[in-house]
Amino acid sequence: MTFPSLRPSLETRRVPAFAVSLLCCLLALGCRGREGSVTLAGSTAFQPFAEKLAEEYDDAHPEVNVTVQGGGSALGISAALNGAAQIGMADLVELPPDASALVATVVARDGIAVVVNPKNRIAEISMPKLRAVYMGKIRNWKELGGGDAPITVVSRESGSGTRSSFESILGRFDLTSDAIIQDSNGTIRETVANDGNAIGYLSYGLVNEKIRSVEVDGVPCSSENILAGSYRLVRPIYLLTLGAPRGTPKGFIDYVLGPAGQASIVADGLLPAPRGAASPAGGVSDAPAPGPEGGAR
Amino acid sequence: MNLGSDRLAPRLLLAVACTTMLCLLVIALFIFKEGLPFMVKVGLGDFLLSSDWRPDSGHFGILPMIVSSLWVTFGALLIGAPLGIAGAVFLAEFAPQGLMRVVKPAIELLSGIPSVVYGFIGVMVLAPFIRSAAGGPGLSILAAAIVLGVMILPTVMAIAIDALRSVPQSYREGALALGATKWQSVRMVVLVAARSGLLAGVILGMGRAIGETMAVIMVAGNAVKMPLSALDSARTLTANIALEMGYATGMHRQALFATGIVLFLVIMILNGLAGAALKRGSLKRRARGR
Amino acid sequence: MNSHKLSQWAAVAVLAAATALILAVLAFIVFFVLEKGLPQISLGFLLDRPRNMGKEGGIGPAIVGTLLLSLLAIAVALPLGVGTAIYLSEYTRESRLTKAIRFGTDCLAGIPSIIFGLFGYIFFVTTLRLGWSLIAGALTLAIMILPTLIRTSEEAIRAVPRSWREVSLSLGATRWETVRKVVLPNALPGILTGVMLSFGRSIGETAAVIYTAGSSFRLPRGAFDSVRTLAVHFYILAREGLSTEKAYGTAAVLVIAVLAVNATTYALMNRFIRRRSR
Repeated sequence: MTFPSLRPSLETRRVPAFAVSLLCCLLALGCRGREGSVTLAGSTAFQPFAEKLAEEYDDAHPEVNVTVQGGGSALGISAALNGAAQIGMADLVELPPDASALVATVVARDGIAVVVNPKNRIAEISMPKLRAVYMGKIRNWKELGGGDAPITVVSRESGSGTRSSFESILGRFDLTSDAIIQDSNGTIRETVANDGNAIGYLSYGLVNEKIRSVEVDGVPCSSENILAGSYRLVRPIYLLTLGAPRGTPKGFIDYVLGPAGQASIVADGLLPAPRGAASPAGGVSDAPAPGPEGGAR
Repeated sequence: MNLGSDRLAPRLLLAVACTTMLCLLVIALFIFKEGLPFMVKVGLGDFLLSSDWRPDSGHFGILPMIVSSLWVTFGALLIGAPLGIAGAVFLAEFAPQGLMRVVKPAIELLSGIPSVVYGFIGVMVLAPFIRSAAGGPGLSILAAAIVLGVMILPTVMAIAIDALRSVPQSYREGALALGATKWQSVRMVVLVAARSGLLAGVILGMGRAIGETMAVIMVAGNAVKMPLSALDSARTLTANIALEMGYATGMHRQALFATGIVLFLVIMILNGLAGAALKRGSLKRRARGR
Repeated sequence: MNSHKLSQWAAVAVLAAATALILAVLAFIVFFVLEKGLPQISLGFLLDRPRNMGKEGGIGPAIVGTLLLSLLAIAVALPLGVGTAIYLSEYTRESRLTKAIRFGTDCLAGIPSIIFGLFGYIFFVTTLRLGWSLIAGALTLAIMILPTLIRTSEEAIRAVPRSWREVSLSLGATRWETVRKVVLPNALPGILTGVMLSFGRSIGETAAVIYTAGSSFRLPRGAFDSVRTLAVHFYILAREGLSTEKAYGTAAVLVIAVLAVNATTYALMNRFIRRRSR
């Protein structure tokens, strides 16, 4: 064993110098002003759409930098309230009370499809029965006209806008504690696709050949029925701002509401914002809102 | 100048070491500040022993989650610990040296794979397999235990290998000189001598299993009820926090932080045990005059 | 045959089978991901940014984001970690303070990543107003990898034989000089192992990163821009079910990256060991 050299090797000298210069570069780059930038945060269901819209908006307006984060509808609300984001995204049918300080602009609508495995015989379900299934009162497919097999109930986590909307439209209830909880549309789709006895719900735009959507109250889930208001499991997508939208955020929101933005939204499975409705009071169907009682809620 | 830097260095280093402690303290403070008031308000009994988790109506019983975490962790240990230790024994004692050089990095590769990839494979491959082979929804404690077992393998194995390697060669030679076969010497001398190191590895693996979040959310099913069998879907403490933290407010959020405190304490206890186990081992070795 | 030899044979067979099983599981995971993901990988995939919600395009920004985030986190944590390790092993005797520090770092190691993510969100993103940014993510990750770095650095430093220190001191070097010129260079392979482990862990972190660095798929222009890491991108693609193919592609890149990091570090380690023992 030879005695090690006492001279510091080149390697040990290089590493700290490199690290320090990297840090300085990054920090220097970062200390630029951040005007002309908009951050959106919130609904993970709308996040991919928002990213696509941000891409398109960026191409048209290179001086603006639009960033999109996820985190869930509730995070969107709290981020809009505490300023971490200029625009919060929420896909809730009812906005919670702490969102009352925010101005909500409806930019799209999303149908909630109730889905089962393609091997399942059931083709339709009524709203009261659907509610009973999710409460755990109906536990076997044979009670619904299917085979003799236990129902695997699949739902989203409590903070999900999709779930909130689903439960709110069906009439508030306590979800059965047997329900499997998944944290996104995609994993619900996988779960239902892999389990012949499963029933779940997800964004209408995500239904593919691995699962099958059932008619609710005799109405199939389709864009026409959603827009007409006959399919009732629909929720609006809100962009929330602290106070009325103005400046750069307003520019982006206007783009989303404009023809190019709406076309982009529709191309990927969402439904356009109700005509002429820019606030929740307008409801979610295209049918003219008769007044405060109106709208599909 | 030499004397100067020699006096400065330890002070600087002490400051650095204390910064580390500071980080831990800040995080601990953060969790306790949010969660402790809740525990005081609701009472430990209701929190820890009630099975009713319905935050919207003010019920915060986390017993099902505690039980699920325990089941999942012990399942993971049942799978990961024997496999890991067996592998370590084989590599350290019986396999040719070259094999160790190839296999150890390979196992470390396992530990580098992100937990979301594990979870994804669990959802796509393991859960359907469990469902068709054993019934139930597939997304279950069993699925989580298997995934976690594989995830803690590298930890258990690495520490076990180190523990085995640090058993003095004289122990083995002594046993062989007395006429034992290699396996006998391993079984009756080496394993016993390395016992505390092996235990430490298992305990640290346990800590890792309890704290795993992403993979478990994807494969355990997250049902809020008390699991009655390994094929039941269940929600662990970590999954509970992750699923609900993003939007929880008020009491609900405090309850989740309180869950964090429970996790924190459990992990502190486990680490204490692992430390004690390691110390006992090294004390014994020192006593024998190594 | 001697019954003892028989039972030895049986035992070794079982142990070998266990090892084979472990390797089989690893092989399955790697091949599953690569089989589905390699076809996705092309130069375009690696350099282009995600388009059309990640259904098309590539993962270029995610790769850059991952590298920047991990390197920055290591740059912050390494001095802290090695410094603490040096202090614990060279400058103090085992006392209550050192035991407390060690216990503290072990606990830090066990805290679930989701709690770090929330801490990072509340402290760095919101309270310190750093926003969802590279720097918030790096600082959070740095705290997460700190315990590993401390533990492995300490082990590496302790592995340097005491006699070497004594010889150095007897030749007139100060304690600090000894640390700098004798202990540290020889502990480098072990410290590098710690860096590699931490790098690997930080690449795979998801929960902590989403809440702190966010998930913007753009190329970051500075330390205050949000970034998306490969693991986060994979998570989002897989969760929302937007594109399973791209998800597998991302996973494949991740697995290859981890392979590459591990292989490089082992090569580096072996080079150091060979050089030192000349």
